[in-house]
Formats: sequence, C-alpha cells, structure tokens
Amino acid sequence: MTDLTSLTIAEAREGLASKSFTARELTDAHLAAIEAARVLNAYVLETPGRAREMAKAADEQIGRGAGGPLAGIPLGIKDLFATRDIRTTACSKILGNFVPPYESTVTSQLWRDGAILLGKLNNDEFAMGSSNETSCFGPVVNPWRREGSNTHLVPGGSSGGSASAVAALLCMGATATDTGGSIRQPAAFTATVGVKPTYGRCSRWGIVAFASSLDQAGPIARTVRDSAILMRSMAGHDPKDTTSVDIGVPDYEAAIGKSVKGMKIGIPKEYRLDGMPAEIEKLWSEGAAWLKAAGAELVEVSLPHTKYALPAYYIVAPAEASSNLARYDGVRYGLRVPGRSIGEMYEDTRAEGFGDEVRRRVMIGTYVLSAGYYDAYYLRAQKVRTLIKKDFEDCFAKGVNAILTPATPSAAFGVGEKGGADPVEMYLNDIFTVTVNMAGLPGIAVPAGKDAQGLPLGLQLIGRAFDEETLFSLGEVIEQAAGRFTPPRWW
Amino acid sequence: MNAPVTSHKLIKGATGDWETVIGMEIHAQVVSNSKLFSGASTAFGGEPNSHVSLVDAAMPGMLPVINEECVRQAVRTGLGLNARINLRSVFDRKNYFYPDLPQGYQISQYKSPIVGEGEVVVELDGGRSVTIGIERLHLEQDAGKLLHDQSPTMSYVDLNRSGVALMEIVSKPDIRDAEQAKAYVTKLRSILRYLGTCDGDMEKGNLRADVNVSVRRPGGPLGTRCEIKNMNSINFIGQAIEYEARRQIEILEDGGSIDQETRLFDPGKGETRSMRSKEEAHDYRYFPDPDLLPLEFSQALVDELKTELPELPDQKKARFIADLALSPYDAGVLVAERESAEFYEAVLARLADRARDGKLTANWVINELFGRLNKEGRDITGSPVSSEQLAAIIDLIGEGTISGKIAKDLFEIVWQEGGDPRALVEARGMKQVTDLGAIEKVVDDIVAANPDKVAQAKAKPQMIGWFVGQVMKSSGGKANPQAVNDLLKSKLGL
Repeated sequence: MTDLTSLTIAEAREGLASKSFTARELTDAHLAAIEAARVLNAYVLETPGRAREMAKAADEQIGRGAGGPLAGIPLGIKDLFATRDIRTTACSKILGNFVPPYESTVTSQLWRDGAILLGKLNNDEFAMGSSNETSCFGPVVNPWRREGSNTHLVPGGSSGGSASAVAALLCMGATATDTGGSIRQPAAFTATVGVKPTYGRCSRWGIVAFASSLDQAGPIARTVRDSAILMRSMAGHDPKDTTSVDIGVPDYEAAIGKSVKGMKIGIPKEYRLDGMPAEIEKLWSEGAAWLKAAGAELVEVSLPHTKYALPAYYIVAPAEASSNLARYDGVRYGLRVPGRSIGEMYEDTRAEGFGDEVRRRVMIGTYVLSAGYYDAYYLRAQKVRTLIKKDFEDCFAKGVNAILTPATPSAAFGVGEKGGADPVEMYLNDIFTVTVNMAGLPGIAVPAGKDAQGLPLGLQLIGRAFDEETLFSLGEVIEQAAGRFTPPRWW
Repeated sequence: MNAPVTSHKLIKGATGDWETVIGMEIHAQVVSNSKLFSGASTAFGGEPNSHVSLVDAAMPGMLPVINEECVRQAVRTGLGLNARINLRSVFDRKNYFYPDLPQGYQISQYKSPIVGEGEVVVELDGGRSVTIGIERLHLEQDAGKLLHDQSPTMSYVDLNRSGVALMEIVSKPDIRDAEQAKAYVTKLRSILRYLGTCDGDMEKGNLRADVNVSVRRPGGPLGTRCEIKNMNSINFIGQAIEYEARRQIEILEDGGSIDQETRLFDPGKGETRSMRSKEEAHDYRYFPDPDLLPLEFSQALVDELKTELPELPDQKKARFIADLALSPYDAGVLVAERESAEFYEAVLARLADRARDGKLTANWVINELFGRLNKEGRDITGSPVSSEQLAAIIDLIGEGTISGKIAKDLFEIVWQEGGDPRALVEARGMKQVTDLGAIEKVVDDIVAANPDKVAQAKAKPQMIGWFVGQVMKSSGGKANPQAVNDLLKSKLGL
C-alpha cells in the first residue's frame, strides 16, 4: 500500500470502487507523504483532522454505492480559495489568521462530489508572482532538481504549492488559479498538467481576488484525464458570480481519447521569440509533429498583437488589484497595526501586511488609474486587450481548432535567481500565457519533455472559448507521445 | 443650458446685481427590500451590523450581484423625470479609503449612467413655473456609518446602510435662486414619493442634497462654484444658498476670487464653512467594475414599467383642473404630497352625490382640514378626521341637511370627538331648517323690529346681508341660507 500516492485520480477511483483500498487509507498515505515532504513547503496548513473526517464520510458513501465522482480523492487547495472554518490567507500577512465563515463555490463543488481536503497550498502572495517566492510563508521548493545538483528550484507561480504538491505526490490533484499564467507556468515547471479554463467557466465566488477580469480557477493534476475529471466538478454557472457563464458542463473526460484527426492546429509565428532556447524550439516542433502524426493539420497563424500583451497585462492586472486589495485596511479582519489616526492605521497596516511585490503592483495600479494617466495607460491597455482578443477570433474564424505554443520560455530556475534586481525579468515568465487571460480563452499546459539539465518543459494549447474538450483531446495526444515524468524523490 | 426665462431673484451687491447659479445632486435612497448588490435587508433602525452580508462587509472573494428591483426603481424614476433611459449602462468603482466603505471603493456609475437627460417642471409662488433640466441619474451604493460616541478612544462602524442602493439625480445648473432650489427639491421629492421609488424621508437621510452654488453678473459667464455637501432639510438648503451666494458676492466685490471647494452648512450659525479645497479633493480613480458585466435590459422592460407608472403630480394636477374645475392653485396644493392627493380623491370617491362637487371638496380639504392640520403641526397621515367622515360632512351640506356654517361646527366635533357625522347631526339637533313657515316667522319678526334698517336696505340693497346675519343668528345657524335670502328679498321688496 505504500504507493497509493502515486496513483492517478482515475486509478484511485477504480481502486476505491473495487474496495482495493479505502478513502481513509488513501488519505493517510497522503498525510504521511505531506509530513515527510515539509522541506518543499508546499502546504501552508495541513488539515489531517478534517481530511480523516471527510475520508470517513466518503468511505460510507462508497459503501452505500452513493459516492460522488470524486468520492475519496484527496486534494490540496490553493490558499486563495476560502475554506469554511479553515484559515485562508492568500499567503499574505495582511490576512493574518483569517478564518472565513464561507466556502468558495469551486471547493464546495469538490466536496459535494466527495473529494477530501488535505490542506491549504502555498502560493505567491495574492497570486502575484511567477516563482512562489512572494508568499509570506516563504518559497515553495520544486521537487525537480537539475541533474547532479542540489540547488532548490522554484516550482513557478503563483500556484507553486499546487504544482509542487501534485508533482511530489502530496495530493492527487489541486485547485489553482490563473491570472496571467499562474496555473500553466508552474505546471510546466513541475511536469504536471494545468488547465486554465475559459473566463466564466468556474465561479470566482469565494476566491481571494487578484485581477477580477483575468482570474480563473482551474485544476493541476498529474494526467490530462485527471485534470478533466477535476474540471467537471470545478466548472459550472454560479448566480453569485455574474461573470460566470450559464452553459452546461460537459463530461470533459469523454473528450480523452477522442480522435483529433482533421483538427487544424495553429502555430503562431509571433511566439517564435528572438533568443528562444533551442530546446524550447525543439520541444515545440516535436509537439507539432506528434499532433500531426495523430492526424491534425498544422497551419501557421498570426497573432500580431502578441508583443503588446505582457505590457498591457501589467497595466490591467495591477489596476484591478490596486482596487481589489483596498479592502485589506485593518478595519474589519486580518492584520491591524494601530496608528494615531485612521490614515496612519491604514498606512501602517498595509505597509506591514503587504510584501514588496504586492506593494509594487498596488502602486503601479494606483498610478495607471489616476487622473491624467488613465487614458494613456489603463484605457490604452484595454484597447490592446480588445485587439489581442480579435487576433484570436480572427484565427479561430479561419477554422483553427487550437493553437500550440511553448508554455514557458525556460525551465524552472533557482530560488532567488530571478527578479531580484529587475522585476520585469520575472514578469517575462508569463510571455506565452498572458495572452490567453487577456482574451479570456482556455489554455492547458502539458508536460512534453525535458531540457538538457533534466528539468521538465511543457507545451501550451490554447482553445476556443468554452471548448476545453478539444484541449483535453489534444493534450492527451501530447501526453501519450511524450510520456509521463516523475521527479526522483530526494526529500 | 440656460433655464427658460422666468422671474428669479437677483441679489443686489455694492457694485450691482448678481445672479446665483445652482445645480444639485440629490441622493435618494431606493425603496427596495434588499441592498443594491447583496441580499441583506435595507430595513432602518436594526441593531448595528445586523443587516450586513458577507458582500457588504467586503470579505475576501465576495462578489456583487445586481438587485433587479433597484434597476426597475431607477428606470421608473427616469420615466417620472421624463428622461432618456439607457438600455446599457456601466458600473464603475470609485476608489477611496474610509472606514465606512468596506470595499475601499464605492460601486457607482460614472461614464454611462442608467438614466440620461430629462426635466422637471417646478411650480413657484404666484403661478410662475420654471423647468429644471436633469443631467443624469445613476445607481450607486451607500456607505456605512461611523459611531463616535460608543467609546472614548475608538470609533465604531455600523455597516447596516453599507451597500443600500442610492439614486444620484444630477440637475443641470438651471436653478437661479433659493426659492427655485427649494421648490425643485420639493417637486423632485414629490415625484419620487408618487413613484414609490424613494420615501423622501429627509430626517432619516433617505433624501439628501449636495448643492453647487456660484454667482455671476446676470447672464454673464459662469463663476467658480462651491459645493455644499449633505443637506437634509429643504429650509436649510434655502438658507445655505442665500448665505453662500452673499459670501461669494462679498469676496468678489472686494476684488477676491472664489476657491473651488467643498463646504458644510452649519444650521446653528446659518453659515457655510470650508470642508476641503480642490487640492485636497480625492482622485477617485474611476474604472469599470470588472466584477460586474455592463447592465443591459430591453426596451420592452422600459415599456412595461411605463404602463405601470402611477399618475404623477403634474398629470394629476392637470386632471383636477380640467375635470374637477379646480383652480391651478388648489390643484397644486392638493397634488404636492401624494397622501394629500390620495385623501382628496378618497373623499371624492365616498361622496354619495355622483355629480361630485370637486371644488367644494377641495375647499374643505384645503381650508378646513389642511388648515387645522397645519395649526397642530400634523400631517395628513395623522388626520383625526377620515376621508369617510369628511365625505359625510360634505354630503350633509350638499343635500341641504346642514349649512356650511353648521358644517364647520360639525367638523370641529368630529375632529375632537370622532363619530359618524350623520348620527351626530341627528343627535345634536344640528339639522338645517328648511321649513319655510318657520323661517318666514323669524324673517317677519326681524323686519318688523328694524324699520330703520329696512329703509336703509331699500336705498342700499347690500344691506340684505345684515338681515341674513340676524336671521341666521336667531335660528342658531340652522336656517337654510338660500331660503332666508329669497324670503328677505321678497319681504324687503328688493
């Protein structure tokens, strides 16, 4: 029973149904794995008591033949999701020991379907970061290391805890959120599968907001099938989020193994960056060749406004964040640092409670929205956003089913290696992923190979709005061709 | 932009005449069961923080969901202001920090309001009227309330009002003096109350106004304005405008210039004082709220709401004049308050006489009832005389059972003691005497006893009034005045 943690969700589902093991055993195996892997700092809160209670309930339901689609499956939850009666911090000091009296819609749907909460996962503070180094709980360590090196690498961010935990077998799957690449980039850095659904596919209710028009919840899992299984439970219309869309949730798993023959795959020429590492280039062509071999047709496409996406993103996202984070003022919950006046209390609380990166973005956001600069920055960025959206629409209008790109411009880097002097160095991690958020489209990152140092690399597929199914079909083709990658256990 | 020509008050300064230019922003709390973006109750007077949802307290991850009834209320109001309804509008965030604002921003409408331009006709004394343009109406959230008296060292926050829907109704700078300003607020409040979209309760702060005041030479270019914030009394609005206009004129006549600033009115001193200057003004960093899609609805909804609209004061007034032959003044008095008009119509509806005498009824409602209510400082909803009782009194006059004079006595009895007027008339012997024989006897007696007056009356027929008075007096007011008149005319040979 020692390798229960290495099962996929699909395999565990069968094992539970056939009573090969219980949810309690599966849960205990994961709790033990978490305990043994604290060096990775993937969890910021372990909830063994809650996990065992939920496992007990799942076993009862399975026993009665009434188990939901995720009955007995232990999951980790990014600390951005509000979990009722369980501390939720967004990995920011400013939320302190905040315990929400409510449960996010996405997690409540997972519990509805029988999943088990193992604990809360580390992330960049308020999901702002690409390396999980901005968390107030300290950086997450990637279970992957360069061959022959003990250097701790970052798992990417902001869903670094989710990616690291899934890769290191500390949960069977995890929730994550993606505002500019926060699901797909860490998935690529850890050889996991990350899905950023169409904007509006999953409810944002109960998820600590970073940038409302870009934020979207999605799963990180070890296989494409597992991510499809999780997606079905996470997706759905929620009247409490008016930006969530009222269309039915398909059986995503049914898309796995569906033929991709005749599908048109766009290869965007603007994603071929100057100075792109040869191994990324190679990975990309390999991926294209695999899809071609499966019967898809490759076409070169143009997304002419791609180069403006990152700068525009770093205006829109901080603008929304500066406003979304105004509620953390020390008045009602979370950290309060007293002052002699209300103004001083605000200043002291926010200076003490927010980390450097969050403060930087709040300041950028405040600046770009201020009188006299709004038109030059925010309004212009929104126009760019419209053009980016139109680029994709034009492309899909020509019959393209999905677009293939690299997921990241490089493999995982060392803790403390990037962004120290120039934050833009870190922001460039999102170069292939932000366009998808700006256009509100679905994207999936699938492990596709390794670099020369043995670190995983991923490919990204971008789909039409609400056509996640095509991404699952295509993603599985890549997964089949590339194989699965598991980090050697060193912790 | 200029108001149609009407007479308005100019202010005489040391260097000549000045004209006041006023624009108003009225904040009207929307009548609805729940808040603009949350399901929490809007009831007034609950324990502090008892009507607060997770959304109102701006808990992490909470999202606003528009309350459709508030949208309908805004559309109804727009229709009542003869305004353009925008089928697509946008909610924006107005960002600033204050402890009564949990989100750190107010959700409001900035560039695309739900209601565009409209107009309101405002009646002034002496039958004059002025049309005030409406610039726009938008929906926004109210803030909470700070309680400074609960602790010696701390301020507390009550979020019951946080998130309650407000309509901000912005006028064009068409108002020219304090009288017009007061009449405008009065009229707007009346329209809102007819529509049932705001209860107009200014004491509770459910209707409050920010008043922008500037002065200029008559017809000249606009001057720099000052904004007087948060006025919740119509009389104070008038006082504040008069004070503020004089203050500005004094500064200008002394060679100074006006600083654009926000001011507060101190009712105790009757003065306005500076609250913050333009330099200290917030930069609200408005931007479209990304949590909310643009607000869109169909013309069909607007049409439907239009057909359900109640009769508004202007329409009602026109109908009273045309159908009931009321004077414009009386009709205006009756329609000013929704409850007054309703009371008047209820009396009319209860009259036995189908050919109702609207005019007589109006006289009774306005002169007797309102007069008496005013004297006691009560309003129509607290009237001790019901519409049914008043209708009975008027019926008794109409059918000749009592005279107008007796009716006033009867009204007084009903006011003091209550009861069925018809039964009271029977029980207390107040019936009018229409028996010509009985009246003739009294007439004869008086004519016989006053030969000098009879002689005078022959020379000056108006003297008949004296005789009528004497007859009524000796009959205890119960003689039918018409019969008395007729008899006297024949006896005196007039």
